[in-house]
Amino acid sequence: MIKVQHLVKKFGTFTAVDDVSFDVAEGEIFAFLGPNGAGKTTTIKMLTTLLKPTSGAIELDGLNPETQQNAARERFGIVFQDPSLDGDLTAWENMELHGVLYHVPHKQRRQRTEELLRLFELWERRKDQVKKFSGGMKRRLEIARGFLHTPRILFLDEPTLGLDPQSRNQLWNHVKKVNEAERITVFLTTHYMDEADRVAHRIGVIDHGKLVAQGTPKAIKEQTGTDSLEEAFLKLTGSTTRDESADSNDQMRQFAKMWSGAKR
Amino acid sequence: MSAIYILWLRELKRYIRSRAQIIASLGQPMLYLLVLGFGLGPVFQRAGNGSYLQFVGPGVIGMTVLFSSIFSGLGLLWDRQFGFLKETLVAPVPRLHIMIGRTLGGATVAVLQGLLVTIVCLFAGFRPVNLLSIPLALGFMIAIALVFAALGVAIGSSLQDMQAFQLIMNFVVMPIYFLSGALFPLVGLPKVLAIITRLDPLSYGIDGMRAVLSGKSTFNPVTDLTVLVCVGAVLLVFGAYRFSKIEI
Repeated sequence: MIKVQHLVKKFGTFTAVDDVSFDVAEGEIFAFLGPNGAGKTTTIKMLTTLLKPTSGAIELDGLNPETQQNAARERFGIVFQDPSLDGDLTAWENMELHGVLYHVPHKQRRQRTEELLRLFELWERRKDQVKKFSGGMKRRLEIARGFLHTPRILFLDEPTLGLDPQSRNQLWNHVKKVNEAERITVFLTTHYMDEADRVAHRIGVIDHGKLVAQGTPKAIKEQTGTDSLEEAFLKLTGSTTRDESADSNDQMRQFAKMWSGAKR
Repeated sequence: MSAIYILWLRELKRYIRSRAQIIASLGQPMLYLLVLGFGLGPVFQRAGNGSYLQFVGPGVIGMTVLFSSIFSGLGLLWDRQFGFLKETLVAPVPRLHIMIGRTLGGATVAVLQGLLVTIVCLFAGFRPVNLLSIPLALGFMIAIALVFAALGVAIGSSLQDMQAFQLIMNFVVMPIYFLSGALFPLVGLPKVLAIITRLDPLSYGIDGMRAVLSGKSTFNPVTDLTVLVCVGAVLLVFGAYRFSKIEI
């Protein structure tokens, strides 16, 4: 379903993704793991037509996202790592807008929006502007929105960041459900190894832009001679922490936060 | 098509919901209208040009439409910063539709804002030559709004963050406004200034509005409209091209 060969992305002299190759089969749940700044999000951006690769080939359901952008976009849905909601619109309107952009027919759109908002416990707040939501609620709305249409491939970029255990459980159950019932291929990233161990059929570990291990959770544990995925991960990627430099967007968000705080 | 509609609707909803912003954005035109309108009035009169309020009214309306439409285009930068832009860019909708939806939405908001200022002008004592002038002026407002909403999107697509906002404000928006003949007649100017004012698309928008509202024009309303439509078409194509090249 996803085929990546010798993928490279350079930003100036910095190589964010360095000769990465992997395959994800149809109906598979593939977890892409790596420390901060390892190149996970950059890879997802290239897979989802937001960035152009420096070199290498990508295939999504047989399509090239670089040249067949629209056809490729029809195939996937994505939950981003950072916020992508419109704060001035209500929860309902955010869902509605997404449904229209993804050509979900009117009746189905209403029905699924209600189901999903109830599932993620946002139904009571559907008429509130999203900017009044807490971080966790926004996150839940983003996830609910990601499930509104039924794509062939679902990208989840650190979907559980900032979620409570209840919602996290809800999310993974739902991911498993759509994966089994509708054979949706899932490509996810997370920092929680237990989650990856629990839901993923196969795992890829990336560090400094290079894929350092690939296989089933069991195989990776055996390969590194460890008992848990967490230990395996630390063994593969080392135990030093990484710094990700804040880009101008992060700086701006911080600034906006400061400013809106000062107004109150 | 439905994508264009929903993005247009989004711009409108955001506008209607930001009441504080609507009122705040009326402040500047009112300042120009009342302070300059009444302050420069006597000098203007003595120079034999008639009422300055009658002269500056269309200029202030044009200024409102200009600011409002360019800022709506630059709203792209906010959407980029707050992430919503990504949501639209990965959707299975041609980017052209997204760009058109945003541009039409921004232009609509700018026209509404222009109409609001028109009402303020009427209260301040501005009198159009006849009532038919208002729908004709509306046509020019729409043309101005489309030209600068497209320019706003083109600029917004080319910038990475809001830090360049002041730069755009001081070196693009303000010059377009001050060199458009909104505040002074475009006759008998020094050669260089005369050339520059004729390269400014807003000059034609304001001149057109002044022609239909006050019955005075430097160029000719037909020329004005033709120039606006041509520049608008070029900017829409350019804006769409820049928008299609956005990477995040």
